[in-house]
Amino acid sequence: MPLMWKKQDFIALVVGLLLMWILPQIIGTHTLTILVVYAMLGLSLGLIWGFGGILCFGQAAFFGLGAYTYAVAAINIGESTFPMLLAIAVPSLFAALMGAMMFYGRLTDVYLGVITLVVTLILFKFVNSTAGPQYVIGEARLGGFNGIPGFPTLNIPGMPEEYIWGDALFYVCAVALLVVYFFVTWLLRTSFGRVAIGIRENETRISLMGYDVRARKTILFTIGAAIAGLAGGFFANWGEIVTPRLFSLGQSAEIIIWCIVGGLGTRFGPIIGAAGLAYLKFLLGQQTMIDNTLITGLILVLFVLFLPKGIVPAVSTLWQISFARRGGRKHRNRRTNRNVGNANG
Amino acid sequence: MDLLFVILVEVLYAIASLALVSAGLAVVFGMMKVINLAHGEFMMMGGYATIVSVNLGVNVFVAMLIIAPLVVGLIGLVVERLIIRHLYGRLVDTMLATWGLSLFFIGVATMIFGNTTTSITTPITGFAVGDYQINGYNFFIIFVSIILLIGMYALLKATRLGLIARGTMQQSDIAAALGYSPDRIYMATFFCGSALSGFAGAILAPLVGLVPTSGGAYIAKAFITVIAGGPSLIAGLISSSSLFGLVNQIFTFSISPVFGEVALLVAAVILLRLLPQGVTGKFFKGKM
Repeated sequence: MPLMWKKQDFIALVVGLLLMWILPQIIGTHTLTILVVYAMLGLSLGLIWGFGGILCFGQAAFFGLGAYTYAVAAINIGESTFPMLLAIAVPSLFAALMGAMMFYGRLTDVYLGVITLVVTLILFKFVNSTAGPQYVIGEARLGGFNGIPGFPTLNIPGMPEEYIWGDALFYVCAVALLVVYFFVTWLLRTSFGRVAIGIRENETRISLMGYDVRARKTILFTIGAAIAGLAGGFFANWGEIVTPRLFSLGQSAEIIIWCIVGGLGTRFGPIIGAAGLAYLKFLLGQQTMIDNTLITGLILVLFVLFLPKGIVPAVSTLWQISFARRGGRKHRNRRTNRNVGNANG
Repeated sequence: MDLLFVILVEVLYAIASLALVSAGLAVVFGMMKVINLAHGEFMMMGGYATIVSVNLGVNVFVAMLIIAPLVVGLIGLVVERLIIRHLYGRLVDTMLATWGLSLFFIGVATMIFGNTTTSITTPITGFAVGDYQINGYNFFIIFVSIILLIGMYALLKATRLGLIARGTMQQSDIAAALGYSPDRIYMATFFCGSALSGFAGAILAPLVGLVPTSGGAYIAKAFITVIAGGPSLIAGLISSSSLFGLVNQIFTFSISPVFGEVALLVAAVILLRLLPQGVTGKFFKGKM
């Protein structure tokens, strides 16, 4: 399958590079780095939920797993290249096992949500209780509630002394986000991606056409987890500490909120939702008058009630109504998996 | 022998508290098919309602058994009118909206009560069994849960109100054709469900200190108990809370409380994998 570049991809690339140049002059790169990492995390759920119809309540599990894997491996190995690869591999493997268990058991919507939620909770509880000195992986103590501080951060591959930090870390993360974005774009244009969207729209129809729905869902789930794991690895590098909070319910909730607010079934939506809301949270964190959680909750409720499609689809619909030619693309951003459920819940 | 008795009480207590924690959610999810992720926060508010009224000088049992359910039930009513009623039949949307609500309530509670732990003393004293000390309040919780389950069963099975409610949940258009307003029945059911959540929170409040985020400790447990219980309300509640309570206590006694919690969650995952329709979906089809 060729790469199939389209006009809009060049626009996306140019906009991405422009943003990489402009944004550091407005917002500090330290803040920007975390926004980029969150955007990548948002995209990971946006891929499996928005295009695969798999509502995963535990994307934080893969994020946290990636971060912890990186931290533990970096302490043991002493450099960053191999730990970064492990940060992708371990969550993928975990997701493959979990996904196989769930999808081959033909679990759907609510049950899927519950299982992913519960698995995240198990990880949270387990990691939280590893304070004792007996919980050691190699030379790395898991540290329980306090997490793991002081691991070697990102360095240029092959040169363990050349650390990448500050502005450079931002550019690495931003380029990684671009790469992931184009990977997702490419994936969705392959036949695999188109079948995934077909599964989202009507699982029975696709399986009647002879595709192995379970295997494809598992693979998509695994890819999403790999991206989340990569984001986790970058997060560990940014924060220079990993704590059990990465696995918390609050973290899982936030990822879902990003996707809802940004818009499902789009690639930009989760990215914009994640970066925008994380920045809003950062701004809100600087004042003490109104509680942060209150606003996040209110945003989620209001979006579910009034703008259930999210910002990006709403804006693009508005755009099409006002400027572009009618018809043809009306169904592109259709939201699914939201009105089903009553039948088998 | 004494130890055996203590373990027995602990197991019964674990089962009873699971049933208590899940009862409100079972009504809201089991009957109305609304996944209330703010269930834990309803419990948290029940706890706060109790503590505040006790501090104002109200008798602790009055506060727990009457004030807390009423307060939380009314909050639930407002929530139903403002949000939930627009989302009936949209399972995932109710899940997300109530998740937003739960965050909202945590924020409100943090602004009112601050991030500190508040608590009241247990109103029932403990007693000794041989070398062991048993918390007398545990018996109270076991007693309350049994009464609660019998009460729910009686209300749903033996009264006209329960019949109408069950009928509406199965076929709301038929109920409407018979002259009952489904809208009002949904409203009333949600009121009952949230009142039950507030009640559970109030009963458990003296045992654990309350912080605005303490609802999170219950939601997952309640959720998996109800889901694993399956479609029939009371039988599901009893069977799954017995199973999980037992698993929890076995691992708590033999390894550690954390392992007890983890074992409970692992058991839930395995159970759901084996019986995706829950325990009662497989074994007690069509019963209450």
